[in-house]
Amino acid sequence: MTENRILLDPTAERSPAKRERLTRPSSLDGLTIGLLDISKARGDIFLDEVESLLTERGLTVKRFKKPTFARVAPTELKQEISTQCDAVIEALAD
Amino acid sequence: MDTVPDGFILVCKRGCPTCTMIEPVMVQIEGSKIPLTVYTQDDPSFPGSVKSVVDDTSLEFSYHLNIEVVPTLIRMKGGSEVGRIVGWERSEWETFTGLDNLGKGLPNYRPGCGSMNVEPGRAEELAIRFGSVKPGVREIELAPLEDDIEACFERGWTDGLPVVPPTKERVFRMLQGTTRSPDEIVGVIPPDQIPCTVSKVAINSVLAGCKPEYLPVVLAAVEASCIDAFCMHGLIATTYFSGPVVIVNGPIVKAIGMNSGINALGQGNRANATIGRALQLVVRNVGGGRPGGVDRATLGNPGKYTFCFAENESGSPWEPLSVERGFSPGTSTVTLFGGQGVQGIFDQLSRTPESLARTFASCLRTVAHPKIPMAADALLVVSPEHGRIFRMAGWSKARLKEELDSLLQIPGSEMVRGANDIAEGIPESLAEGTLPKFRPGGLNIVHAGGTAGLFSAIIGGWVASGPIGSQPVTKEIKS
Repeated sequence: MTENRILLDPTAERSPAKRERLTRPSSLDGLTIGLLDISKARGDIFLDEVESLLTERGLTVKRFKKPTFARVAPTELKQEISTQCDAVIEALAD
Repeated sequence: MDTVPDGFILVCKRGCPTCTMIEPVMVQIEGSKIPLTVYTQDDPSFPGSVKSVVDDTSLEFSYHLNIEVVPTLIRMKGGSEVGRIVGWERSEWETFTGLDNLGKGLPNYRPGCGSMNVEPGRAEELAIRFGSVKPGVREIELAPLEDDIEACFERGWTDGLPVVPPTKERVFRMLQGTTRSPDEIVGVIPPDQIPCTVSKVAINSVLAGCKPEYLPVVLAAVEASCIDAFCMHGLIATTYFSGPVVIVNGPIVKAIGMNSGINALGQGNRANATIGRALQLVVRNVGGGRPGGVDRATLGNPGKYTFCFAENESGSPWEPLSVERGFSPGTSTVTLFGGQGVQGIFDQLSRTPESLARTFASCLRTVAHPKIPMAADALLVVSPEHGRIFRMAGWSKARLKEELDSLLQIPGSEMVRGANDIAEGIPESLAEGTLPKFRPGGLNIVHAGGTAGLFSAIIGGWVASGPIGSQPVTKEIKS
């Protein structure tokens, strides 16, 4: 796995070679925001603060939590977030 | 690469018994007036008894010297090759070197072995590394832990099914399937109107799972899809079901093992499946025609993954579609038809062409809507058991078409809006007289399918068939 693997681009090469991130919403108005706690210490305190700021602005907020920060989120949790929320804020560090 | 010195150049490998056998001969040549340089492919310590040995385990010299057999003895003079011999034949070596009594005690003759630079798989690798022909396309580097098939999905290169990752080696091998230059423009692909090179077609053919020998068919299909009369842009954009249906005629069908028999319109044959898919992937990846983007199909049809089959010419009661469309017999062609799904025709009791033609006409009338004439073309696929009925009665394809035209002259009164308590239909002003179901030339007939089953099939066309929309197009398949 150390050697870099190369594929040849089958497209018209009109988009960047690196995958683009999804575009961020231009406004949060009317959106449902997910807050994801990855189970790192004090992540909940940070997200409590974010939640109160968002709800002050009249936005709908939903809270989610990963069972452990050491592994990727379970599929069910990812599906729950993607079907219920328009954007997600993740508390990454301690 | 360093230049090859003048004198004798010997390319060899330890794995070749002839090369090891002639090691004493190498020593004899080395002792002569003309210098000898030995290039060794597999083991730099071989031949141990010769002084001037060059390590060619990279095979760079072997590649550039076009070595096919070891041992190969080359005479270089003034930087150019003046002659070469391969294998071992004493008298030939003595003449070539001007030396007598070479290899005393050795057999007079031994053939050589295959050179390592032309081993299958290795030849492609070397051509990519040392060759001058480059595909001239952007390289995409994968992350170390990225799965290559998942990477293709992530980048949006697939139709929903896994694709074969387009590595340099695979694309190089694919390009060996055509004599055309990788940078040659095949056509301008809608909807984004992108000039498409042979390389891009080859990459998408790799994605689709094609063998290199299918590439000329894919190239012809892509060229055909760019013919204005086919209106590929409209077919991509329409809310209707249609997409390109590829029909292949001529000797290429047997040469690449296409299916025109049992399950001809179904799954299971690599050439059928991947050629149709490659065309769709070119449209998707090069042209930018994607569902939900420019492709606005309400329902689409499964043939938009791939829809490609061959006409069964040898068992046909009639001339092939390609001949009907003006190409000489024996010419390989692709014909594109803007078609949708398959509608089955069931008739197990007709034993006369008249009766069977009436069955065909009744079913053909329902294409798009039984009250809508001259909108959608149709392709009628007649199976061997149905075809036999026409053959035995001596009906030509033209005769059958004539009969169907006459049976499909429909009274306007049956088709006007509101008739039969159906709002859909033609304007009241067309109630008088009759109208043909199909525009002139709008019904085509081909022969395909397994030998058991009194069934045929209709592939309905786009409701914007003809000069206002899409017309069938045919292109010769060239190498």
